[in-house]
Amino acid sequence: MAYILLRYGEIHLKGQNQRFFVDRLVRNVRESIADLGDAQVRHAFGRILVDSPAELISRLRKVFGIVSLSPVRVVAPAFPDIASAAVDMVGAALAARPGVGTFKVDTRRADKRFPLTSMETSREVGQAIWERFPQVRARMDHPDLLVKIDIRDQAYLSSDTIPGPGGLPSGTGGRALALISGGIDSPVASWLAARRGMTIIPVHCYSFPFTSERSKEKVLDLCRVLAGYAGPLRVWIVFFTDIQRTIQLSVPEGLRVLVMRRMMMRLVERLAEQERAAAVVTGESLGQVASQTIESIAAINAVTRLPVLRPLIGADKTEIVARAEAIGTYEISIRPYEDCCSLFVPPHPRTQPGLQEADEAERGLPVGALIDAALQRSERLTITPRWARDPVGVGS
Amino acid sequence: MEIYLDNAATTRPHPVVVESVTRALTVDYGNPSSLHGKGLAAERLIVGARDAVARTLGVEPEDVLFTSGGTEANSLAIRGLAGLARGRHFVTTTVEHSSVRVPLQRLAAQEWVVTELPVDHHGRIAAAQVELALRPDTVLVSVMAVNNELGTMQPIEEISRVVQRHRAAGSPTLFHVDAVQAWGKIPLRPMTWGVDLMSLSGHKVHGPKGVGALYVRPGVRLAPQLGGGEQERGVRPGTENVPGIAGLGAAARLLAADFEETAARMRALQDRLREQIRAIPDVRINTPPDGAAPHVVNATFRSVRGETLLHRLEQEGVFVSTGSACHSHNPTPSHVLLAIGLNTTDAQSTLRFSLSRFTTPEEIDAAASALRHAVAELRALVVP
Repeated sequence: MAYILLRYGEIHLKGQNQRFFVDRLVRNVRESIADLGDAQVRHAFGRILVDSPAELISRLRKVFGIVSLSPVRVVAPAFPDIASAAVDMVGAALAARPGVGTFKVDTRRADKRFPLTSMETSREVGQAIWERFPQVRARMDHPDLLVKIDIRDQAYLSSDTIPGPGGLPSGTGGRALALISGGIDSPVASWLAARRGMTIIPVHCYSFPFTSERSKEKVLDLCRVLAGYAGPLRVWIVFFTDIQRTIQLSVPEGLRVLVMRRMMMRLVERLAEQERAAAVVTGESLGQVASQTIESIAAINAVTRLPVLRPLIGADKTEIVARAEAIGTYEISIRPYEDCCSLFVPPHPRTQPGLQEADEAERGLPVGALIDAALQRSERLTITPRWARDPVGVGS
Repeated sequence: MEIYLDNAATTRPHPVVVESVTRALTVDYGNPSSLHGKGLAAERLIVGARDAVARTLGVEPEDVLFTSGGTEANSLAIRGLAGLARGRHFVTTTVEHSSVRVPLQRLAAQEWVVTELPVDHHGRIAAAQVELALRPDTVLVSVMAVNNELGTMQPIEEISRVVQRHRAAGSPTLFHVDAVQAWGKIPLRPMTWGVDLMSLSGHKVHGPKGVGALYVRPGVRLAPQLGGGEQERGVRPGTENVPGIAGLGAAARLLAADFEETAARMRALQDRLREQIRAIPDVRINTPPDGAAPHVVNATFRSVRGETLLHRLEQEGVFVSTGSACHSHNPTPSHVLLAIGLNTTDAQSTLRFSLSRFTTPEEIDAAASALRHAVAELRALVVP
């Protein structure tokens, strides 16, 4: 019988509430494949077993909390069954990967009633494989193919281990709003926070006609990728045009980006009450641009009581790009439509603004009224993973 | 209010076109190659469409091949000739549409040599430039009749005479004209002028998308780019796009019916728009005052980003373009605008307004007024 075995990592370290994390993970696994028929999802011996075809792997490898996955065969815990399943498995691997020249069998015996020791089992199964496929040799260091045998209530055999995203199950880490632009960084920051089990609610500041409708589509497409990992997402599209325009007209050039970021923080703080969110996630990376110096960050933080999480604060651009490519947001982020920030960036923004300066610059702004008006014209959408439905508006 | 001034990108299909496409989809849905009456009915639609298209060019119907659009017509002309060619040199301009440039660039990457002629500040070449560029092994000269971004007309008749003289001296040189933006806007007479190949597209003249035509002078042979049946004399095999072709035929009949009046009306509206744009401070009009097709006005609005202005106009219901539609997804400035000498900043501050037979004076005035306000508003925002 073919299954997919899912391993989870640090949940094992949880004490009293391990059950809470595991139950949530099992539920998330079920939801991630709910549309593909009724695969059984079982939890046993500290792992999760899904009885399903290998096609599900592309979905399952995105479920937060899973450290690795393997297609497994489950047979009776008896030597002849194990040996023949191992031979089959090696045959399939040789057909799929022509370069395989060496192999190793690695046995773990949790059930000590099994008559052979782990070492003996590995040796005997190895012998059976070699007799059937004399072209492959056993090798202990860096074999091309590793056959893992786990003897418990049944014998579980696997040869491929596919990395999962790791982290903690979605829905176990509280709720946060995440500022998301169309750029490369913010979706990665959202993903990293979501990987720690947080429920992420992306907030996009939309500035039509200074940005195009396609830039909004781009943000929704990014959210769709995130939903592929975290499940359906609520997304806020905040009407930011009038705030942009007002800042442009009444704030000194060097402080405009800073004031814009502060206005975004104020918007988010208001939404946080409504969404019962405990924090805000941003894509800032220290020193990357003028608004991301520590002086700017301090001035931005000053307008909110919410904890501001910055998962990328110490990451270099190349690392962020690599991560964006790995999670599948990069190709979307580099679409050419202008995002909220790029159109209005003045040529020389201040890099070391003082807090007082920022307050001063905002003196003429009707801050409260601007925020109210922006929120009134904002929309809230529900975004489902790409394989599910299209976004559904649920009113504002 | 919706004022559509992006007709060089595509046009609204005429109701008569919609009707003929619908009829071909619902009633005359047979395969023209079938022997029965359903097949015959479909074949008649194609015969009628070929006739209608041929009339607009003053050519014989059998010299018109249907394609999937302007891009395929251009590609078939260039690659179809390269496949049989008796030489290895091409001549073109720096302002051609990508469906001419790209096939030629691909040939240039192989054993072919391509000469790209530079244009003047109106985007125009002179026939004398072609004369100088021609070589004994020149296979094809490809020049567009009307530039899609500027509306500038090229001296097609003069270039044709140059090519014919060259051929009379023993060279294998043919002349291809991309007339996608010219069809229905300016008179086209390929046979009289001695043009060998001419590309047309349906959706620029209120026809459907996905259909176009290539005029091929009798005696000119092209290598088919697809393998298949004998449709379109075997040069363009595949079951005919009957609904598209029927729609193209309907569009051709419509444009022929009142060609001169429509062109004159568009010309008057073009002047009206040009005058009102000229009244806006710090504007450069890139469409030449003389020798332009009647449907395009291209202008640079300094210190305003074209993309922002476009979206601001969109809010007022006015739809325009920042360049040719194919460029709009690409942040690098248009090669045409750079070729006529604009710098990158000015090229990114440029909009194209393009008219159609449906455009009214009231729309022009309303669009110009929206434009005036939008430019002023955005300029107020960019003052440092």
